[in-house]
Amino acid sequence: MAQAKRPVSPHLQVYRWSVTMASSILHRVTGVALGAGTLLLAWWLVAAATSDEAFALVQHCMGSWPGQLVMLGFCWALTYHLFNGIRHLAWDMGYGFELKAAQLSGWFVFIASTVVTLAIAAASLGGML
Amino acid sequence: MSMRTPISKVRGQGSAGTGTHHFWVHRVTAVALVPLTIWFLCSLLSHMGGSRDEVIAWISQPLVAIAFVLLLGTGIYHLKLGIQVVIEDYVHGEAMKMFSQLALTLVTAAVGVASVFAVFKIAVGG
Repeated sequence: MAQAKRPVSPHLQVYRWSVTMASSILHRVTGVALGAGTLLLAWWLVAAATSDEAFALVQHCMGSWPGQLVMLGFCWALTYHLFNGIRHLAWDMGYGFELKAAQLSGWFVFIASTVVTLAIAAASLGGML
Repeated sequence: MSMRTPISKVRGQGSAGTGTHHFWVHRVTAVALVPLTIWFLCSLLSHMGGSRDEVIAWISQPLVAIAFVLLLGTGIYHLKLGIQVVIEDYVHGEAMKMFSQLALTLVTAAVGVASVFAVFKIAVGG
């Protein structure tokens, strides 16, 4: 059954981006990205349980330039979703709903996840891995 | 004629009967994942780049294996609940909706079983 192509509301492109809007959609985007990250984690675990060759292949892929970028993205998605998830849990309990508080916590989550990710990247480049 | 009161007929019945349960379990898994994710991030730093022998020695420790099983079980359940909502929001058309939800359930179940089995196998020294 064909559906009529009617215009739908809301027209997202007419809104000016706000931090609360961005943090909301980023929570969903990072959540979906973590789904892909979970597949990588499962691959890593299954390879470790299987053989030296299988494990070497995972290490090779994740150690390559694109692999390292994916790991950086995974790390940021995880820290972002963690911090913003805590923000959501606070909202569920009724805290932090005022506009100023919601904007402030939105910026805090964005900055904190970026700082923690860069710290982890610096530590791994510094040979801690 | 039913002797049940109107309130007893509707109590616990969301639009699909299970909406509140979905919302609640999503939050319960979220709370559990806060400490588990912090542990995972710290572990990532110290063990992710290690050799296979180092990784196996690490995961063989009972507490590490238990933490991994909890992280994978809770995390993949939380993931399933989250992606389910994304599909409900964005995928239209009955056939496509049904197919996506079915695929999501089967894939997350398979990934969960595979990764937990891998941890078990490493932990018991297979």
